[in-house]
Amino acid sequence: MKLTIQVNEGPYQHQASDSAYFFTKAALEKGHEIFRVFFYHDGVNNGTRLTTPPQDDRNVVKRWSELAEQHNLDLVVCVAAAQRRGIVDEGEAKRNGKDATNIAPGFRISGLGQLVEGAIQSDRLVVFGD
Amino acid sequence: MSEIKKFMYVNRKAPYGTIYAWESLEVVLIGAAFEQDVSLAFMDDGVFQLTKDQDTKGIGMKNFSPTYSALGDYEITKIYVEKESLEERGLSLDDLQHLTWEDEDEDYAEKDSIQLVSRAEMADILAGQDVLFNF
Amino acid sequence: MSILHVVNKSPYERNSLDTCAAYVKSGDAVLLIEDGVYAAIKAGAAAGKLSGLGEVFALGPDLAARSIGEDKVADGVKVVDYAGFVDLVEAKDKVQSWL
Repeated sequence: MKLTIQVNEGPYQHQASDSAYFFTKAALEKGHEIFRVFFYHDGVNNGTRLTTPPQDDRNVVKRWSELAEQHNLDLVVCVAAAQRRGIVDEGEAKRNGKDATNIAPGFRISGLGQLVEGAIQSDRLVVFGD
Repeated sequence: MSEIKKFMYVNRKAPYGTIYAWESLEVVLIGAAFEQDVSLAFMDDGVFQLTKDQDTKGIGMKNFSPTYSALGDYEITKIYVEKESLEERGLSLDDLQHLTWEDEDEDYAEKDSIQLVSRAEMADILAGQDVLFNF
Repeated sequence: MSILHVVNKSPYERNSLDTCAAYVKSGDAVLLIEDGVYAAIKAGAAAGKLSGLGEVFALGPDLAARSIGEDKVADGVKVVDYAGFVDLVEAKDKVQSWL
């Protein structure tokens, strides 16, 4: 099965990102293909490398980055939602005159077309949100 | 030639209190370019998104409701609104924007985009889709 | 075409389970995750809503986190893990997340 996962909420505030992570991991362990994980709405906040969660709790952002590296996942943060919420890569910093970037490893910023493409190319779209 | 899928964008949340209504519309607009078989469903508080005369000056937010009237130009012609959700909220079709599209196969005749359907009919429509987007 | 209905909010907080119930058809399945698992508490008022829904599943890790032991789960609700969640997504034609 080819899957596209959509994550609508940011880390910690809602369980959505955690549920999406464990679902994605389970799907990979079963040998399914993750076409893309698309982060929308506050979900883009999963893509900042600047979080410092407490040592005794999970590191949501790092967990996604590591899963992406392990399995060569395509983690996409929606550009429009990212601009609104301040998730920035080099390209966005230059384009919008920002003096910093904060995108986490393994994530890339791209357009909503990536979500639509994911839905077209995949066998299933699974949405996690509030 | 890739297969055309039936895409349904499900809208169940009211506008302005949260961003879901607006950001889901942004997906619909971008998605229109991908030439799938698109419909929109409005149920529960989602029906509030389509009301006329939204005046957002006092809350300092952009009034994005005019965007719904542009959907016809994006070839989105199937907008299903659930009757029971309207009635439960004290609304009727008259409270909603009059959304239309132009049928180029019939000399650009203006047709209604909104179809009022019962909960049972909406369930059938949902069941017949390939992909369901939720926000 | 069949649907896997996923309900993630508590029936005591939000109406998603009620809306979902109006849309379930024969051949579909309902999966309770996150706060949605509170609907599966046997003694809860919402448990009665589950019997008309056909196949109902609840995510084990979410039940355990919320101290809902298997003995407290409503009859007929099958407990699955994330692997079971993946299987359900595969078994049905599409997923409807009642957010």
